[in-house]
Amino acid sequence: MSNQVISEIRRDHILNLLKDGRRTDGRKVDDFRKIKFETGIIESADGSAVVEIGKTKVTAGVKIIPGTPFGDTPNMGVLTTGAELIPMAHPSFESGPPGADSIELARVVDRGIRESGMIDMSKLCIKEGEEVWMCFLDLYAINYDGNLFDAFTLASVLALKTAIIPNEQYGKGENKPLPITCIPISATAAKVGSSLILDPNFDEEHISSARLTVTTDDDGNFRAMQKGGQGSITLDELSRCLDMAVAKGKEIRELIG
Amino acid sequence: MEKRSARPAREIVVPGDILDDSGAKAGDNTYTVDGKVYAAVLGVKNKNQYGVGVIPLGGRYMPKPGDMVIGMINDIGSSNWMVDIRAPYPAPLHVSEVPWKVEFGDTSRYLNVGNVVLLKVLSVDEGKKIQVTMNDSGLRRLEGGRLVEIPYVKVSRVIGKSGSMIQMIKSMTDCRIFIGENGIIWIDGDEKNAEVAARAIEMIGENAHKGSLTERVKEFIEKELPNAGEVGE
Amino acid sequence: MSGTTDMILVDKDGKRIDGRMPEEHRAVKIEAGVLANADGSAYVEIGKNKVLAAVYGPRECHPRHLQDPTKAIIQCKYNMQTYSVSDRKRPGTDRRSVEISKITAEALEKVVLTELYPRASIDVYIEILQANAGTRCAGLTAASVALADAGIPMRDIIPSIAAGKADGHVLLDLNKEEDNFGQADVPLAIVPSTNEIVLLQMDGNMTRQEFDKAIELAVGGCHDLYKLQKEALLKRYGDGGDSDE
Repeated sequence: MSNQVISEIRRDHILNLLKDGRRTDGRKVDDFRKIKFETGIIESADGSAVVEIGKTKVTAGVKIIPGTPFGDTPNMGVLTTGAELIPMAHPSFESGPPGADSIELARVVDRGIRESGMIDMSKLCIKEGEEVWMCFLDLYAINYDGNLFDAFTLASVLALKTAIIPNEQYGKGENKPLPITCIPISATAAKVGSSLILDPNFDEEHISSARLTVTTDDDGNFRAMQKGGQGSITLDELSRCLDMAVAKGKEIRELIG
Repeated sequence: MEKRSARPAREIVVPGDILDDSGAKAGDNTYTVDGKVYAAVLGVKNKNQYGVGVIPLGGRYMPKPGDMVIGMINDIGSSNWMVDIRAPYPAPLHVSEVPWKVEFGDTSRYLNVGNVVLLKVLSVDEGKKIQVTMNDSGLRRLEGGRLVEIPYVKVSRVIGKSGSMIQMIKSMTDCRIFIGENGIIWIDGDEKNAEVAARAIEMIGENAHKGSLTERVKEFIEKELPNAGEVGE
Repeated sequence: MSGTTDMILVDKDGKRIDGRMPEEHRAVKIEAGVLANADGSAYVEIGKNKVLAAVYGPRECHPRHLQDPTKAIIQCKYNMQTYSVSDRKRPGTDRRSVEISKITAEALEKVVLTELYPRASIDVYIEILQANAGTRCAGLTAASVALADAGIPMRDIIPSIAAGKADGHVLLDLNKEEDNFGQADVPLAIVPSTNEIVLLQMDGNMTRQEFDKAIELAVGGCHDLYKLQKEALLKRYGDGGDSDE
């Protein structure tokens, strides 16, 4: 019904089902919704992906452009990540520059990719100190039904994994794939009542007291984490989230191949 | 081309399609130019003794006086509550339209943001200002149970001819069900039964289905509740 | 419309670089009802353009000071995604997008029966996922389908396409190269049942004769698009329908 307030009937219904470890759409607490994805559909981008997790749908595109490196890393490429919660995605989203939610989303996605070393930045140097490849990753939510952290991270990973450095466009030789070393995967859990549930949908997200996004790499090691929400999580809950994230990371990595 | 079944296929029209140029009276969701009637919305052409109109396939619910609706309180004022009934306009519920004597500023004692209420539409004026009321038999705050949302245009299908569909669902699942004209439906009953009733209603709310809808719903409920009528599991 | 090239855009037989003849438009794909939350939505591909449109409304008008007591207002936001063009576009709004948003809303104002919803707003969002000339036309074409999908009362559905001139030939539906290196661009949108023009722009250099030819081609192109818009809406609800006793 209303955009941000969840009715007490919906809320009570969700909490009641969770007492038996069940969710309104029949999932178990650690089930993700159905994941669908497609890569390379936007030719004007150097890498692109559309990802659906349940009804949440996002697009990701990366443009790889020659630019000036940062002073302290003269021979390393650069990654910049932006995210937009565009108004078409949900009746409560407003037009305008990215707010705190978009910024947090972009930074958490960026952290997972950066800290995992997914892109081998040392191979993006064109001329040390003068020119390197800059990866501009932009994310758009086009339908919002919860869990943008995982949808955005997955779309980013897929777009980067299939990206091509446009050498030909800039007269720098043949096109080559973006050098990728690993596949980071995020899994977000929400604390609803006293239960921890993975991949919260809109309603679950809006009655949750806290959330934890955990990004793992191919070895099951942790690369990035973010706790959000005004509530708290216990040490035991933290431990359970980490276990779920490692297991789910493995599953999703297999799914995308 | 397949042989059509006995009932003629419905004709879907888009805005701008000409419905009649022989002087028929203009029905709902149409506009007229030079005496010709045109469709104004995407929907099914409907010609009857009152004229030719369009039954919309989508769109937002627009309240009519007398409609029973289910809504959620999304704001509180000192002498009213604002109710979201999924219409283009907010529906204020004034303190004079509830069964309690509410002091000025004391509104949150009776109803709060997030509460779900069963109301009736009192009036809709020319400027589309809506008034709703809880002062009628059966109207109240709803608690427990679950809510299902379907496009408002499907509500008549959930009710069925002379209430046949909803009666069938109620008796097969033994649930209490209140249907809001605005497409919001409240179901209360045994958990598994209520789940099945909710899914049956969602099925009706979705689009493509061929053959008899009543048959499909009946089969679905029988399959999910083979012991419908027996006590517990 | 400012570049020059040695490329031959249209050869002596009228054949264009993508194989089309002057009066042919690019391949079109239209799908209605592609987003779950929006009241209405549509996805359109025209050539390499990929466009998504969504509609919310009629709903409460925000900002409130824009409310009109006699009718609904149409608020449109056209936006290009950063990676939709070969030279990455900086995120955020720009003057071109503001102008396109305005003329799109104005075109739609002419057909939407706004008097039925005083004080409300009908919000139209257009996102360009991939651009290849003619995005404002593709956007308006998609927005019209999204409005019909949302069940919003309208007089008609609006198709939109551009015509122009390259290598001296008047052409329908310019592609990127023809738009960049050609001599004129004329985006157009009409009300198909009356041929009223609700959107028209022109830039470049054309004689009266060339312009008339461009309009003729664009009107024809609009009528072709209209058939596809209608098909997409009919397809959304299936053709068999259901029966009940």
